[in-house]
Amino acid sequence: MTVDIVLNILLLSFLAITGLAIARVRNLFPVAMLTGLYSLLSASLFQLLDAVDVALTEAAVGAGVMTVLFLATFGLTRAREKSVPRSRTAIGLVVTGLTGAALFYASLDMPHFGAADTPVQEHPLRERYLETVREEIDVPNAVTAVLASYRGYDTLGEVTVVLTAGVGVLMLLGVSRRGRHDDDKEP
Amino acid sequence: MREHTVLRVVVKLLIAPILIFALYVQFHGDYSPGGGFQAGVIFAAAIILYALIFGLAEARRAVPPGVLRVIGALGVLLYAGTGVYAMLSGGNFLDYDYLAHDAVHGQHYGLLLVEFGVGLTVSSVITSVFYVFAGRGRRREQS
Repeated sequence: MTVDIVLNILLLSFLAITGLAIARVRNLFPVAMLTGLYSLLSASLFQLLDAVDVALTEAAVGAGVMTVLFLATFGLTRAREKSVPRSRTAIGLVVTGLTGAALFYASLDMPHFGAADTPVQEHPLRERYLETVREEIDVPNAVTAVLASYRGYDTLGEVTVVLTAGVGVLMLLGVSRRGRHDDDKEP
Repeated sequence: MREHTVLRVVVKLLIAPILIFALYVQFHGDYSPGGGFQAGVIFAAAIILYALIFGLAEARRAVPPGVLRVIGALGVLLYAGTGVYAMLSGGNFLDYDYLAHDAVHGQHYGLLLVEFGVGLTVSSVITSVFYVFAGRGRRREQS
């Protein structure tokens, strides 16, 4: 338990340091790297919270693919952040501070970590999903069962969104001005 | 990246395990963490890694963009088709109970097929998006 607490504190302080570094650095290539690091640290935190499925996604998407896509984008645009006048950074600071304060205030209403009397523990759906799943679907990973069977419609919608997004990107970027597919052409 | 011998050798060693890990995450998703989304992303990451080290042209030769577009659509088709098949077998749309003689077996088949559809779509869409982004940057350098 104490090891968990120490690890949590370490990871959260690394997250904060990485966030500050992202805000300070002006060259965007290091920022892409730091964003990947931020995702990897978040993935470790999810792992500590036993949310292994989320951790796996965060590590693969956030730390892996997003970093590469950021770098590819910087190859197309300029890789240096525009400098912003002092007055406008002050507005940003105020907005960030207010949002942070609101989130902190909201977090006071949340149940304590690991509390037994939370809606997550007491809601009848918990029993439905975590216990009836043994008889109905009989797979050890309840996350997969919920995702693909109980929430099959949702997941079908998500996959369609992924495909639609991909089609959108291909239509916007995949065709050159002469109307030929970019990626059919021999380099 | 022709001159980075260490990178090339290490990547060559890594790509096969990454692909196998993606397949493991895909088909073992009922038993361990993971599933179609994660497996698709890991699979795409392996192809992207290959493209980064051995060049975009080589990656496109190994995994042609035209094939990816077809696979991406096939994934959604497999998912929705599983649902329609359940309908034809007498159940509701996406009711996997009717996929096999036994309801629990039907659920297992359903999960496997549906997750495979998700994996196909996610991996091919991510790889396609990477191809067009990386391809544009390289063309601008040439012109």
